[in-house]
Amino acid sequence: MHVEVRGLNKKFGEFQAVKDVEFSIEKGQLIGLLGPSGGGKTSILRMLAGLETPDTGDIVFHGKRVNDLPPQERGIGFVFQNYALFKHMTVSENIAFGLEVKKWPKARIKERIAELVELTGLSGFEKRYPHQLSGGQRQRVAFARALAPEPQLLLLDEPFAAIDAKIRHELRSWLREMIDRLGITSIFVTHDQDEAIEVADQIMIINKGRLEQKGTPWEIYKDPQTPFVASFIGESTLIEDIGKLRGFADAAAMPGTKGLIRPEYVEVGKENEFTLLSATETGRVSHIHFRGSEWLVEIQIGDIKLVTYRSLEKPVLQLGDEVHVLVHRAYLFNDNDSWVTENKLKVDPLPVHI
Amino acid sequence: MRRLWIGLTYIVFALLLGAPVVRIAAGAWEDGWSGFANGVTRPEALHALMMTGIIVVIVTVVNTLFGVMLALYLVRANWLGPQLKRILNSVVDLPFAVSPVIGGLMIVLLVGPDTALGSLLSGAGIDIVYALPGMVIATLFVTFPLVIREVMPVLQEIGSSQEEAAHMLGAYPWTTFWRVTWPSIRWSVVYGVVLTVARTLGEFGAVLVVSGNILFKTQTATTLVYQDVENFNLTAANSVALVLAACSVALLLFMEWAKSRRES
Amino acid sequence: MTNMLQSRWWSWGFRSTVMLYFVILIVLPILGIYGQSLSDGWPKFVSNLTEPLAWKAVMLTVKLALIATVINVLIGTMAGWVLIRYRFPGRQLLNSLVDLPFALPTAVVGLMIMLLLGPRSEVGQWADSLGFAILFHEPAIVIAMIFVTFPFVIRAVQPLLEEMDASEEEAAYTMGASKAKTFFRVILPAMMPGILSGAMLAFSRALAEFGAVVLVAGNIPGRTLVASVYIFGQIESDNPAGAAAVSVLLLTLSFVILWLVSYVQARRTGR
Repeated sequence: MHVEVRGLNKKFGEFQAVKDVEFSIEKGQLIGLLGPSGGGKTSILRMLAGLETPDTGDIVFHGKRVNDLPPQERGIGFVFQNYALFKHMTVSENIAFGLEVKKWPKARIKERIAELVELTGLSGFEKRYPHQLSGGQRQRVAFARALAPEPQLLLLDEPFAAIDAKIRHELRSWLREMIDRLGITSIFVTHDQDEAIEVADQIMIINKGRLEQKGTPWEIYKDPQTPFVASFIGESTLIEDIGKLRGFADAAAMPGTKGLIRPEYVEVGKENEFTLLSATETGRVSHIHFRGSEWLVEIQIGDIKLVTYRSLEKPVLQLGDEVHVLVHRAYLFNDNDSWVTENKLKVDPLPVHI
Repeated sequence: MRRLWIGLTYIVFALLLGAPVVRIAAGAWEDGWSGFANGVTRPEALHALMMTGIIVVIVTVVNTLFGVMLALYLVRANWLGPQLKRILNSVVDLPFAVSPVIGGLMIVLLVGPDTALGSLLSGAGIDIVYALPGMVIATLFVTFPLVIREVMPVLQEIGSSQEEAAHMLGAYPWTTFWRVTWPSIRWSVVYGVVLTVARTLGEFGAVLVVSGNILFKTQTATTLVYQDVENFNLTAANSVALVLAACSVALLLFMEWAKSRRES
Repeated sequence: MTNMLQSRWWSWGFRSTVMLYFVILIVLPILGIYGQSLSDGWPKFVSNLTEPLAWKAVMLTVKLALIATVINVLIGTMAGWVLIRYRFPGRQLLNSLVDLPFALPTAVVGLMIMLLLGPRSEVGQWADSLGFAILFHEPAIVIAMIFVTFPFVIRAVQPLLEEMDASEEEAAYTMGASKAKTFFRVILPAMMPGILSGAMLAFSRALAEFGAVVLVAGNIPGRTLVASVYIFGQIESDNPAGAAAVSVLLLTLSFVILWLVSYVQARRTGR
């Protein structure tokens, strides 16, 4: 289903939960609504579902405005955060509910249940009650129940929040695979960036009720449009006076410009590891920590502290070592503008042609 | 120490609860079976028990219907602001704090024969005070919080997400209520109903004031007991009281059962 | 579309019916009685209240209700404790019996107490031989009040004891506190909110009690006439304004208590 949202606003009392949100979603895409808790993601989802009424704005499905359509008539599947399974009904009764309400013939209901139980790998559990299932199984039941009436749009509110970290990973790829196979337009809410990056075709970053950026995970990573997105994705360090760093002196010309630097933009090593020493800063290792697959290194350069990773293949650094640091790029922003800039000195000033 | 406390507890229960109950049972049999039977099968006793029965049926039905709906509204409704909800919520408890006599007085003051509203209604041929409608209203007032207070906490606990899930699956409010909400609150409603029946059966003060205690017209079982005692007809009073007490004990047992069902 | 319109009408109808019921049955009568008591003006209201018999009835009720509440706090705390902490034969039965006073009609309770304490009973004769009377005197009223308010303190204390962590108690023991000291310093404070709210509910119910009291009190004006019976008498003798004035006083007292109880409970759950 093609989904379009225009000028969406919602206030709860004095609190502006959603502010001027606009987007459109192509058929068959899996969209992740990502942002900090309380940022308005769930409110947007609930308005799409019809469980909440927008103050202003239009919600359009297939070119038809559905604002006045009650949730019962929108043809949407919804997976709730805590699943909201009917606790006095068995697995198959839960799945059958939406079909019985829509007055499907008995034989077809039976067929559809069998199909969904098979699809979600719940065979053998049809007669169980929700309290007899594990978290992951409940999630699958919720998924099967939402899919049963063949909705054209599937909404998932923090679908993995209540599941153990270990199984969460497994369920994520299962869900991705399932949605690919069904080709159903889906939107899910999450506050976990790994989850969004791993699962979604497109991510929408929501903060303080606003849509900060919409794009593929790679676009959002590579080219953040707002300081919030830059700091939210990855583990950035904020540098107040970025102009002091070698290679970013241009920034000093614009007062109030700050920089965000991700660990993977930074390279650290001994003098002999760099070919272009002129582009590097010198600093001291202030903290070093083994992370299992790499070293996490903190370097102090004057009053600037940078964080980076270092491969286990390279010589081991010690606390207090004097090191060289190359900052490849930084995300710069001030009150008017924001942009990604490369280290200006990285390009060899006197290229030697062989 | 332990034995002392358990022993003391037994003594308190025996003296305070046991002795009176045994006493009334013994009192009713003082003149043998025939004395008890005569006490209960007197025409005035039969009429009074019938009046009590009618009131129990009407009050239980009305109070349950409105109690469940009000509980739903007070917990779920968005059209009531949170401020208004809080006020209504505390108003629900007020009948608990009102003496039954005062409850009756309120109704007499509002629609009694001396009031404008009362004379208007009696002009139209509807008597409220000193007639069945007044007694029903008085009992409804007294029993008002019982169902609501049992159902509200359960509704709050189960939350609204199951109901929202049903909406998303295409179920309209009526279907949602019967298929999703009702199975969760069923036993609490039953418990509230039992409390309502017990309270209605035993209601005395409010009914006495509103009914005028007119023999063969508005006399109920409890007001008959009162009148018998005033007339020093203790054996007769005893028999009716024993019937009422037996009903209460049966209801108590049923209550225990409903409680255990609700908790399971 | 017509379907939707219909359901709107239905839900609108339901809402207004239920809200109207609420207002007419509960709010209107309560406002009405406050209105009625002041309908003849403030001075008349005050003179209705300061009528010596009315005033004495109110004071007597408060005094006896206080006595009944204190006794109830003592036996209620004990019974609540015993029923939760000890396992002994008959515990389940006693626990079910606690609710009996709520289930029994108050008029039946009055009759029971009257039979138990009357001049023809053993208790009555025994008291008689000692030279004091119970029935139709203050002790009978207190006993009736204790009976009808018996469950309040127990039912308020039990959940607190149930949810209390045994480790708190054990911690006190490991620090060398004696059993008595542990009880007064650790367990009793934890039970206190329950005891308080139970006591307030019991007090408010004792103030309001009519059925059980009217049969055993003797109802001698100025001596054993409690407030609710006074109100009843005023209604019978066709003095609704006098009845309303005393009612308003009792009601206000009860509302304040009810508010205090919900305040105590809100603080407890708010923590």
